[in-house]
Amino acid sequence: MTTSVARPGPFIFYRWLILLIGALFCLFPLWATVIGGFKGTGDLRTNAFGLPREWLADNYVSIVTSARFWQMLGNSAFITGFTVLLTLLVSSMAAFVLAHLRFAGKKWMANYLALGLTFPFATAVLPVFIRVRDMGLLDTYWGVILPQVAFNLGFAIVLLHGFFSQLPKELFEAAFVDGCNYPRIFWQITLPLSRPILATVGVLALVGSWNSFLLPLVMINSESLYPWPLGMMQYQGQYGTDWGKVLAYVSLTMTPAIVFYLAAQKQIIAGLTAGAVKG
Amino acid sequence: MSSPEHPLLPDKESRPPAGLFKAGQPVEAEVLVHQLGSAAGSRVSVWHRLKNFSHAGRLTTLVLFLPPALLLFTLFVALPVLEAAYYSFFNWNGYGAPTKSAGLENFVRVWSDPVFHNSLLNNLWVILVSALIQIPLALSLALLISDRSRSSLVFRAIFFLPYILGEVVAGLIWRYLYDGNYGLVATVYHWFGLEAPEVLATVGWAETALLLVVVWKYFGFHMALFIAGRQGVSEDVLESAKIDGASRWQTTRHIVLPLMRPVVVLSLFFSILGSLQLFDLIIPLTGGGPSNSTNSAVSYLYNFGIRRMRVGFGSAVGVSLFVICVFVMLFYKRLFMQERATR
Repeated sequence: MTTSVARPGPFIFYRWLILLIGALFCLFPLWATVIGGFKGTGDLRTNAFGLPREWLADNYVSIVTSARFWQMLGNSAFITGFTVLLTLLVSSMAAFVLAHLRFAGKKWMANYLALGLTFPFATAVLPVFIRVRDMGLLDTYWGVILPQVAFNLGFAIVLLHGFFSQLPKELFEAAFVDGCNYPRIFWQITLPLSRPILATVGVLALVGSWNSFLLPLVMINSESLYPWPLGMMQYQGQYGTDWGKVLAYVSLTMTPAIVFYLAAQKQIIAGLTAGAVKG
Repeated sequence: MSSPEHPLLPDKESRPPAGLFKAGQPVEAEVLVHQLGSAAGSRVSVWHRLKNFSHAGRLTTLVLFLPPALLLFTLFVALPVLEAAYYSFFNWNGYGAPTKSAGLENFVRVWSDPVFHNSLLNNLWVILVSALIQIPLALSLALLISDRSRSSLVFRAIFFLPYILGEVVAGLIWRYLYDGNYGLVATVYHWFGLEAPEVLATVGWAETALLLVVVWKYFGFHMALFIAGRQGVSEDVLESAKIDGASRWQTTRHIVLPLMRPVVVLSLFFSILGSLQLFDLIIPLTGGGPSNSTNSAVSYLYNFGIRRMRVGFGSAVGVSLFVICVFVMLFYKRLFMQERATR
């Protein structure tokens, strides 16, 4: 409503006031965290808001130069990368079959795969742990990746199925006339045309996997395999209320997410909300 | 607008008609178009049908494309739920085979545990705070920034920021802010020359503190939903209201808000869903303490089932949670989301 905003007056004033208070509420904790990483203990105790009286870079430097920090981000990147890749591949193949082929029990199968939407992962986490252990995947990346992909399938297939079945049929007709078979249609027509929905599913899987905590907590024991949420908890456990160190660690760890968010903000907001509106 | 519209929402009407491939019966023309030339409706042999079915790599596609999803889903989602139901009747530490049958003992212990009651109560509090504070806040902010001006885009990005941060990050940040010796609370108290309380170590305060973090972390998500919903309200309606002399408040109160009711319903639905999954935030913030006062259902499951490897007991909690989820969602959908179903 550009027309209503144009008129200056008390509304404009209150709008800005409310928005600025809201922005302060959102950003203050982040500001206090980043700036806190530069502070010494005395400063943190009495001066949580302001700039450090003395800028101390040690906390940041010691983390950035530690191999463990990078290893942890690497572990997260590996787990997240394969989770996203496999989620996209497996769910789009299944959604393609469900959208374009007819076979007995198809509807039943679609409903079956959408079942995962009805309950939180945590309800089944103990049996998943036992299964992963019995498969010998405990304390490996795959012990986290495979269950994550499996739990992503529900929303991914629902979203992709909806999109795939709305693609114009004429394209497929033309492709068949040209002698194209199903696998080629999938790779060369369906997938390239479905980039927006693939991006949505990808963003959902990416953010979910990057931030996931419970699953790695249950599946991974070795420090060398810790993704960042586990590494961060461990670091905090180690340094306790040496907040300068912990805050520097938190700041550095959240940086990739924030950079990514600022770079692709529109797609991320759209993806996360659209993806959520799945049922 | 009868439902929150989003370009990416799958359209339920556009599902292809369900046709079954029944044995021993004539098969109507299959979906895709290469079938145009085949004699639809005529009786064909099984061999013919199979050949027809494998045309253009159909059979191969079916055999290669579907099983990975089915296998993964069955192994890691469907079977575990059934297994949880099975294990919940045993006392089992996860090693060997479950042999010590416990009957309903695990369920009795879960449901008679005051800590579990308190955890469910906390889940309820999260839903209440979401309904009474978070959603109104998100809705008001969304209405202020649903236009496409530059300032709106900037504020939108800021408000959504906490949502993309990991729960562990959010939990630790707020743990610092609440710390009695450092951080926000301490600084404010020190201004007045007072000794700050340990917010997170005080029963009562810790729960309130947790609720504030929940609002901080998730209101941006609800705001984004409302913005999408607000942009779905037709400008024509608003234009004609303006011509009729309606004030900004009247337009909002009598036109925009009623039209956005489905989005509010949806938003609350996500709050309930989120509350039932709440875990990652609690562990770094309070770990469920003090005196187990800040557990959610899932953190209860973690603290009393998983951490102690009490598979039977944990499964009983899981099954209880599963039943609550399914029940609450069906109930909620039936009660509030009818208009979506009948669209």
